[in-house]
Amino acid sequence: MEYKTLVKERDLLRFTTAGSVDDGKSTLIGRMLFDTKQIFQDQMDQLEVTSRLRGEENVNLALLTDGLRAEREQGITIDVAYRYFSTAHRKFIIADTPGHEQYTRNMVTGASTADLAIVLIDARNGVLTQSKRHGIIASLLGIPHVVVCVNKMDLVDYSRERFEEIVADYREFAQKLSVHDIEFIPVSALKGDNVVNRSENMSWFEGAPLLQFLENVTIAADRNLVDFRFPVQHVVRPHQDFRGFAGQIVSGTIKVGEEVVALPSMQRSRIKSINFYKAELEEAAEGQSVILTLEDEIDISRGDMIVRRHNIPEVEHEFEATLCWMDERRELKTDTNYILQQTTNRSHALVDEVLYQLDVNTLHRRTESETLRLNEIGRVKVTTAKPVFFDPYERNRNTGGFILIDPDDFRTVGAGMIRYSSRSTIEELKREERAKRLKTPKSTGITWDPGLVGPQDRIRRQGHGPLCVWLTGLSGAGKSTIAKEVEKRLFDEGYQITRLDGDNVRHGLNADLGFNREDRRENIRRVGHIARLFYDFGAIVLCTFISPYREERSYVRALFPAAPGAAAEPGAAGDPNQTDPSSPDAAGPGTPPTPPTPAGTRPAGFLEVYTKASLAEAERRDPKGLYKRARAGEIHGFTGIDDPYEEPEAPEIILDTDRLSVDEAVEQLTEAIRRASAL
Amino acid sequence: MAPETYPRNTLDILEAEAVYVIREVAAQFERPVMLFSGGKDSILMSYLAKKAFWPGKIPFPLMHIDTGHNFDETLEYRDWWMKEIGAQLIVRYVEDSIRQGRVAEEEGPNPSRNAQQTVTLLDALTEFKFDCAMGGARRDEEKARAKERFFSFRNRFGHWDPKNQRPELWNLYNGMKRPGEHFRAFPISNWTELDVWQYMLREQVPLPSLYYTHEREIVRRDGVILALGPYNRLVDGEEAETAWIRFRTIGDMTCTGATESRAHTLEDIVNEIAATRVTERGGRADDRRSEAAMEDRKKQGYF
Repeated sequence: MEYKTLVKERDLLRFTTAGSVDDGKSTLIGRMLFDTKQIFQDQMDQLEVTSRLRGEENVNLALLTDGLRAEREQGITIDVAYRYFSTAHRKFIIADTPGHEQYTRNMVTGASTADLAIVLIDARNGVLTQSKRHGIIASLLGIPHVVVCVNKMDLVDYSRERFEEIVADYREFAQKLSVHDIEFIPVSALKGDNVVNRSENMSWFEGAPLLQFLENVTIAADRNLVDFRFPVQHVVRPHQDFRGFAGQIVSGTIKVGEEVVALPSMQRSRIKSINFYKAELEEAAEGQSVILTLEDEIDISRGDMIVRRHNIPEVEHEFEATLCWMDERRELKTDTNYILQQTTNRSHALVDEVLYQLDVNTLHRRTESETLRLNEIGRVKVTTAKPVFFDPYERNRNTGGFILIDPDDFRTVGAGMIRYSSRSTIEELKREERAKRLKTPKSTGITWDPGLVGPQDRIRRQGHGPLCVWLTGLSGAGKSTIAKEVEKRLFDEGYQITRLDGDNVRHGLNADLGFNREDRRENIRRVGHIARLFYDFGAIVLCTFISPYREERSYVRALFPAAPGAAAEPGAAGDPNQTDPSSPDAAGPGTPPTPPTPAGTRPAGFLEVYTKASLAEAERRDPKGLYKRARAGEIHGFTGIDDPYEEPEAPEIILDTDRLSVDEAVEQLTEAIRRASAL
Repeated sequence: MAPETYPRNTLDILEAEAVYVIREVAAQFERPVMLFSGGKDSILMSYLAKKAFWPGKIPFPLMHIDTGHNFDETLEYRDWWMKEIGAQLIVRYVEDSIRQGRVAEEEGPNPSRNAQQTVTLLDALTEFKFDCAMGGARRDEEKARAKERFFSFRNRFGHWDPKNQRPELWNLYNGMKRPGEHFRAFPISNWTELDVWQYMLREQVPLPSLYYTHEREIVRRDGVILALGPYNRLVDGEEAETAWIRFRTIGDMTCTGATESRAHTLEDIVNEIAATRVTERGGRADDRRSEAAMEDRKKQGYF
């Protein structure tokens, strides 16, 4: 049969299109349906009649997708409409949404289930606010792939220069987004260039036409197959011998015999069977609706979650989220007891505060607003009556997304994406702010890929938090001596700990650097980032560097999360050594306001330890004979002799080695690290 | 070792989604019901319901609103299928609503009972205090349905207001409601006609004989092929003929159009649908009455 190929088994791609009527969005979809021969004869007949009645010469492809009568009269689409078409390779579900600012709600809805977003740009107008907004929403909603269609190329004479100009503009803007994959295609929806068929007018374009791209883009890798999460929907108990938990595996995979726990009870058991209808499965994966039975009789009901014993999501009453407000009648109220629905779980919830509002056109944060109105998006802090089992949305869209329901009339009024549990987010934010003010990186067009293993996972396995301990001080002050002892002690206690030594790194990584101002700066910059990698790995990293300049030390400090509560609660726990670290760049000009911080936050990720010794004492010790050589003029630019040492203004810890014994200094630092890395 | 990728195809995804939605309805509502028309979509939906709760029974009844204009085959199949899937069936008759004066029969020759069945349906929902009725509607059927939700909110009058629907994000369906309000739910929203047939083929679901080719007395009216029978008689100037036809949808006899076809297996049907140039609703006389026909009927509570 000639069309046999059409009916083979295909996979499924869900994509969203955003754009206004003027961008030619409906025409683009109409063109895709038309050129793939998905428009049936009777639809075509109807279309011709309608187009003629409207006095249009050609068949108006946009009418294919303009659904409701009210919209047709107004000439705009005002809701999310779902379209279907398929090719030999794939079935496609299009969530077609209007692009106007007042329809942010609909764009968010359409984006929530999409694997890919198509953003339309009118080639004549270039990158406008609205095309940015679509990118921002795609990024917030975690859509893995974005295709930017530069439309109406026929109206700019299919100009390659114009296309490339728009691509460059959009790429620059897109650096701010967390979109991993972005593609640009020059098209003319009206004329059909590069939609389904390759354009003869743009032979300079070497990429694939839109449809071909949609057919081939890899989406299998977007699935989270790591974290097994099974929200229980329904308990199936046909008779005494069968007690099954029905649900859809929202992420991860599971096998018969694996050890699991039920949340929130934390009771353990093993998977006895995985059933679907008459089939007994050995293994099941993300997306499958199944029924699980367990070896043990444990009490589980709807809203509970079954997970792997060694991979547990966050279980919290408090978290921060990006919230989109969807209700036109009432704004967000901080004293309303909303109902929060997340997976199959419902709980009462309060939105404690709006940390800032996000301008969806520019990504600017506005902190003056205390509420959110229809179509506004902001960062909020949420407290729930029952614990919620979640993963950060970036990592798991199914356990990180929630809706808020109005307690009076039960309308869906908000959609939220949990960013992190409340503790770590603030730190993350502050780091972002600081990072922005550091040197602009030379490499562009790269995005940060957070991976599938998050900080919380490492902390859980390690049993302690990560930490960078930065020992600064004169040569001979005792930095390495103390650090080596501390490392040994904590290693023996089971800590994941390592050491970066000033001399050691100059053997390899920094062998190309000398001791002039520029090279010293580069030395510290590299070491700071290496330390950060160890930190991200979940380790405690001891760094022993003279690091004589405040500027470099500030730079390194800024790479790590600051103590969020520090400013609000000075002199934590009355420890004389635990001085208040005034963030070196907190008061700089043009500093964006930082959001208020909740109490009970984790300590800072960075401890500056001033290993203090007088020059006379250090020179007396002179363990490597360097002072002697400097005095003799064999070494130039030696700290303390002919180069300055800028004392730390506010280190977390001061170890005065003129007065303390090595043992005392080691004990003091070991204890401080234990405290700072405790959970 | 190559990482396991757990491949899935469209049918697996659609099946898992529909099963999820059916279970959500069973879990979120106190008295749900699944509507059964005897058509392929409601057969599919009830088959999925059976799969969703196996080895348990379907935890809600099925309900058929009988227009009294059904094909005999439909009713025979219905009773057999209910036993097959172990479901409890409720039947309510448009005839009764007409007799009770709740609704008047359409005037003119070959009256359709499409509008009338809405009244019978709403009365039955009230009678049994059903708070959610599942239907087999698909979004690809008609433009007005493209914006329909999985969980469709109906006000106290059973009306659908396109401007007052709840946004649906991710797979979070909000079925909370005040007394008197109720929902319609559409588990197979994302299926296309071709998906339905491919799935029927894959699962070897037994279907009423009307879907396969058979020889029948028909009349061609306004470009639609209608089966002749007690509720569909010739009007002046029309001529009966005999043809090999099959039905792509099965509803009320007065308005279900047939297509000329020789497809006598599920494979034949799948191939025919894949190559076809007319939508399945192109054969339904009721949709042709006005361009926004479906939208009007939906606002009144039709599925």
